[in-house]
Amino acid sequence: MSDAILRVRGLSKRFDSEEVLRGVSFEVHKGDAKVFIGPSGTGKSTLLRCLNRLVEPDSGQVWLGSEEITHASDIDGVRRRMGMVFQNFYLFDHLTALGNVEIGLTKVLKMPKRQAKDFAMSELARVGMDRFADKYPAELSGGQAQRVSIARSLAMNPEIMLFDEPTSALDPELTGEVLEVMRNLASGGMTMLVVSHEMEFVYSVASEVLFMEGGVIVERGTPGQIRDENASAESRDPGAPSAQNPSKSFARTRAFLRRLDG
Amino acid sequence: MQSTSILIESLPNIAGGLFTTLGLVIIALAVGFVVGLPLGVIQVYGGSSILTRALSRGAVLYVWFLRGLPNLVLLFLFYYGIFPFLGIDLPPFFVGATVLGLRSSAYQSQIFRGALLSIDQGQMHAARSLGMSRALALRSVILPQALRISLPAWSNEYPILLTDSSVCYAIGVMEMLTRASLQVSRTRAPVPLYLATAAIFIIMNYLGMSILRISERRWRIPGFGGS
Repeated sequence: MSDAILRVRGLSKRFDSEEVLRGVSFEVHKGDAKVFIGPSGTGKSTLLRCLNRLVEPDSGQVWLGSEEITHASDIDGVRRRMGMVFQNFYLFDHLTALGNVEIGLTKVLKMPKRQAKDFAMSELARVGMDRFADKYPAELSGGQAQRVSIARSLAMNPEIMLFDEPTSALDPELTGEVLEVMRNLASGGMTMLVVSHEMEFVYSVASEVLFMEGGVIVERGTPGQIRDENASAESRDPGAPSAQNPSKSFARTRAFLRRLDG
Repeated sequence: MQSTSILIESLPNIAGGLFTTLGLVIIALAVGFVVGLPLGVIQVYGGSSILTRALSRGAVLYVWFLRGLPNLVLLFLFYYGIFPFLGIDLPPFFVGATVLGLRSSAYQSQIFRGALLSIDQGQMHAARSLGMSRALALRSVILPQALRISLPAWSNEYPILLTDSSVCYAIGVMEMLTRASLQVSRTRAPVPLYLATAAIFIIMNYLGMSILRISERRWRIPGFGGS
């Protein structure tokens, strides 16, 4: 029996005629920070949304701990255990920063109001946003809003955090503050799945980098292996159709990163 | 001079209909809200099951029917036809308020539908990702925003219903226009009496809209709409 926090086997998803995910498989262990990179439209965001079933996968299996959640009837309970941070923050505009963090505690976890407020404040402090507790989303910068959205997810005490391109909607000068929060979470042992192209962050935090293309994981390895020109890829995604011809190098990952730099 | 004395004599009687008119408007606004909000919700969030799809289609039909008929035709249909057929015996005041409210619900549902559609789908995703059920997300996250966004457009229902309420004259509701008309038949002085009635309508409109503007400012979501 695997001790993985999250196991994914052969996850597939099709939108109309387009096959967005084609049998993706991987495992996440406690404290892992796995980062997905790859060209746009290659299924990275869909993959994260299939994990907590904001998008229903067509086939494949997902286990959270020992529980298979692919068809779990209590999907709300499953989602509570998987925090998700979105590219566009999606803070609730009618609530203050504090209200955004409190709402899950009071409405979902049924925490008493006073206790929820104290807890929410401590979560805001964790991301350096306690000074802005009474500000509305429209009064926050993008970086501040994203930090509040991270606090909102953290407040639910998830077993794993899913970050869907958390800095791609931010101006370059605002990405640093969000990445710093994520770096702190990773160093604190938070298990994370991240879609990001902030390669400096990826190299400093990722326990494994997974390069996706055409709906499959085509290459995967540690940041060190990707940067080391002499290293070769560990393996391809075993569930993927293209896994029959495993790559012996990080050629595609490196070609993508060169395009990203260019 | 004669006009002034007629006015002084008749005005209390006409103004006595003010509460009836206000009652019609307030009940109609409330009926319109209670019926219109679920109609708006079902049109945006219906469609995931056969039942909600059917309800959504039914809502579209309801809106099309009620918006397609003049107020007076609806009033007569309900007063002389639908309510008696259903064995519902209501005083003219309540028939008038109900019909105005049902017609308003068709318009209000479209205001709420527009407000709901203006809210990014991501808000629902964010709420669901916290573990909220669809119903809880709708209640706690989507509707509080949609209602605030819809308030400026919803406020227009007040002057519309205020002026429309005068059609209840046709079924004998003793609202302001009915009373003014009775006074005109008695005194044969239409101009001062209808001018006075118009003035009362305009004052009621101004006061009501002022209260609604204050509410709009009070409930505005920071960053949305004017300052």
